[in-house]
Amino acid sequence: MKAYDIVIIGGGPAGLAAAASARRSGVTSILILERDKELGGILNQCIHNGFGLHTFKEELTGPEYAARFIEQVKELGIEYQLNTMVMDISHDKVVTAMNREEGMFAIQAKAVILAMGCRERSRGALNIPGYRPAGIYSAGTAQRLVNREGYLPGRQVVILGSGDIGLIMARRMTFEGANVKVVAELMPYSGGLKRNIVQCLDDYGIPLKLSHTVVEIRGKERLTGITIAQVDGRGKPIPGTEEDYDCDTLLLSVGLIPENELSRGAGVDISPVTSGPVVNESLETNIEGVFACGNVLHVHDLVDFVSEEAGAAGKNAADYVRGLRKNCSGNEIQMNPVEGVRYTVPSTIRPDQMDDKLTVRFRVGGVYKNCYISVYFDDERVMRRKRPVVAPGEMEEIKLEKAKLLEYPDLKTITIKIEEA
Amino acid sequence: MEKRELICIGCPLGCPVTVSMEAGEVVSVEGNTCKRGDDYARKEVTNPTRIVTSTVMVEGGADVTVSVKTRSDIPKGKIFDSVKALKGVTVKAPVKIGDVIVENVAETGVDMIATANVAKA
Repeated sequence: MKAYDIVIIGGGPAGLAAAASARRSGVTSILILERDKELGGILNQCIHNGFGLHTFKEELTGPEYAARFIEQVKELGIEYQLNTMVMDISHDKVVTAMNREEGMFAIQAKAVILAMGCRERSRGALNIPGYRPAGIYSAGTAQRLVNREGYLPGRQVVILGSGDIGLIMARRMTFEGANVKVVAELMPYSGGLKRNIVQCLDDYGIPLKLSHTVVEIRGKERLTGITIAQVDGRGKPIPGTEEDYDCDTLLLSVGLIPENELSRGAGVDISPVTSGPVVNESLETNIEGVFACGNVLHVHDLVDFVSEEAGAAGKNAADYVRGLRKNCSGNEIQMNPVEGVRYTVPSTIRPDQMDDKLTVRFRVGGVYKNCYISVYFDDERVMRRKRPVVAPGEMEEIKLEKAKLLEYPDLKTITIKIEEA
Repeated sequence: MEKRELICIGCPLGCPVTVSMEAGEVVSVEGNTCKRGDDYARKEVTNPTRIVTSTVMVEGGADVTVSVKTRSDIPKGKIFDSVKALKGVTVKAPVKIGDVIVENVAETGVDMIATANVAKA
């Protein structure tokens, strides 16, 4: 059986940054397994600008951002295999994969980094009644067709869901000559970034209808039209608010789901909130030596933060392989997201295993204006940050300092919550 | 005094910015959290600009399209002319990041450049 110190599942932004970081942390035996024909993952079809302001201090497009990391991986001499699908990861870190050249093969890893990313929620998950005609695409599929394959999927377009990919595609389809009639969003707020509403919808006069959903789909062979309606506070359509739109294309941008079939197969504990692995301060799952980062861990808005998180995972995996990890004295602090905070990554913190600073990322469950993000060490409030507005579409973070945590040797719980100002 | 509420698009933080104006002149910018936000707000109320991204077709390449962008931001009013200028443009592989695809696109003085590498098929 082949053997590597670190096997990384996925060659997108998370896998690339994890690989480069692990290599720089002193591990030479690294293999990236990628199912696509090239490295870079979804960035290759995200041709819009806005990537890299944090990482490179300049504004790049997706392919340019990916190319920077691909270059690093190549310069560092890191091995990768393309067109290779991982079929299974075992509890003892045997990775089974297959491709056309080698068929099925197994690799023994000392550490595994999960970097498989996420996939789009599909129509099946939404239960929209009506026929199943051609012309209904996920926003990401349309993005691939337009940007990578050079096809325009349709000319009269309605978009359901205001996720970032949907917003980006509203502008993209407009550029290619399509008429984007409306974006309907079930929730009373957008799931996408504010900047995308400004520069993808407002710039082109495309209306965003909040608290609206699609209640009917018409057309047998090809989509001919849809009906949207306003919904009440519980998401039920309100009779009498229906509006018909003639269209040949419906794009769905209704959420992303971390792709964790392999993780589950390996016995990794999955959070019901994020649909990603439950991890500690080292981004390590419940299986020792199996780490996770990027959108497979929790869905991010910004690739810059994926790279940062993956860099940490890569370094932690390298420290694990090289036997540099200190023995844990035992204090494990539980993160406790409550009152508006839906989850945190990580879920637990062992202060003696953490770096001097640790970024805790989280999302809120609703829109809160003029509020505080408050952090409690057990019952004592230790941090409070005023925020004009927080929203579910925009990931939040706090930084914890090791020195500060060590001042509280008996600390059991760190609570993060939203408090009214 | 006229006040305009903007969302900064300088980065994905999307800071809410308030611009105060007097007789067409910017008096103050508030709410931004970095220099970029100040620049954006002043430009947005006087001469709004955008970076434009799209794709063109590739002949004889490992991919059939290559992504492109304006090298810098261009006036908002020139967006559609820039996109139209790409219609029918086909480039031969190989293409490298930074290659000029259309010079001085739509008379903006800004080149449209490639943002991806495409090898020969």
